[in-house]
Amino acid sequence: MVKKRVIPCLDVANGRVVKGVNFVDLREMGEPIELATRYSELGADELVFLDITATLEGRGPILDLVERASAELTIPFTVGGGVTCLDDARSLLRAGADKVAVNRAAFDDPSILTALADEFGSQAVVCAIDARSGEVVTHAGKNARGRDAVDWAREAVARGAGELLVTSIDADGTRAGYDLPLTGAFADAVEVPVIASGGAGEAAHLAAAFEVGAEAAIVASIVHERPERLPELKAELREAGWNVRI
Amino acid sequence: MKVVLADYGAGNLRSVTSALARAGAEAEITTDAATVRAAPLAVIAGVGHVESAARGLAANGLDEAIRDRVAAGRPVLGICVGMQLLFGASEEGGSGLELLAGPVRRIRARRVPHMGWNDLAVTRSSILVDGLDGEDVYFAHSFVVDPTDEAVVVAAADHNGRVVAAVEHGAVAGVQFHPERSARAGALLLENALAWSRSA
Repeated sequence: MVKKRVIPCLDVANGRVVKGVNFVDLREMGEPIELATRYSELGADELVFLDITATLEGRGPILDLVERASAELTIPFTVGGGVTCLDDARSLLRAGADKVAVNRAAFDDPSILTALADEFGSQAVVCAIDARSGEVVTHAGKNARGRDAVDWAREAVARGAGELLVTSIDADGTRAGYDLPLTGAFADAVEVPVIASGGAGEAAHLAAAFEVGAEAAIVASIVHERPERLPELKAELREAGWNVRI
Repeated sequence: MKVVLADYGAGNLRSVTSALARAGAEAEITTDAATVRAAPLAVIAGVGHVESAARGLAANGLDEAIRDRVAAGRPVLGICVGMQLLFGASEEGGSGLELLAGPVRRIRARRVPHMGWNDLAVTRSSILVDGLDGEDVYFAHSFVVDPTDEAVVVAAADHNGRVVAAVEHGAVAGVQFHPERSARAGALLLENALAWSRSA
């Protein structure tokens, strides 16, 4: 059977990996390809690059990064963050991203998902959904959109999304575990794989997300602090009986 | 050795080109039919649908170039959609080159697409999959080939049922997974594919 995936997420600004606390006090953590290669060597199943520059002027560096990552990485990677329109998403895929994560742009215009799926296949189209108390929120958690997140997920899949990246704003950064009711509701509602995001602190949290139906789980701060934590997490998951790639 | 990637205009072939280069090949992306005819190994890779891929190949006469190669016993390797293109009618729409017999069907499983790392089970000994039994490789697809002739299957994976993962018959070979994104096992597959193409 297909294995449960553990996916480090790297925040990128102007082509560099950064780490911040509550989006301020960003510190450079280094060269993205070097860090990505390190995670790959440590057993990452995939990677996510999140472009937090999120301005049109900042798109150049991320495209350069995607081209280099595509040539040099030997595991798949998704690029997201600041995708404002179809052309943005298309240019990231054309530059060599295996998948593109589209969030607000898809919510505002779901036909983007269909256009991307028609050109690149659904497997390349990730719909990222941020939720608070079960409601869709956009703009980094600032704008509540008045729509049930699971209801939007069903539409996104019908429109062409081949995977859902579900982030609980409530759980994000807490290290207290993923939002399990939310993750489970998504996994039950759709046929495509669901990636749990927000709240990872320990292996048991990933196991709990898998238990409610997530196919994959995002890890960020816990592995950025100490990348060697990644193979430990996977070994602990294997020990607990989960089918993960070692 | 020289390897050409037949460019049908979908997606980015850099990852495959780079992976082939790491495996020791001199890889070139081309839309030129004569180049596709002449190379020691031709690869069809990319993303999207069988229908649009077949149309993209035909636009530059690459479909005929590939048929000519196979008729002359010159090796062709299909990757992912490129493997589906080796077969016949697809439930997604359109048809492949029918170099191997059988349809392309939508996967019936709890989770579609079949996305992620899965164990490869070698079902028949072949240079192509030498050393890959039990190795993890990366899949990302919603459709899968259903060969008429079971003997062409050399490796499979399980996703609520069998997924044909690799085929090899005469001068034609294909893999459903992504060797360029399958870490060390993927590198080995590509090295094997180069060795296979020299012997095919």
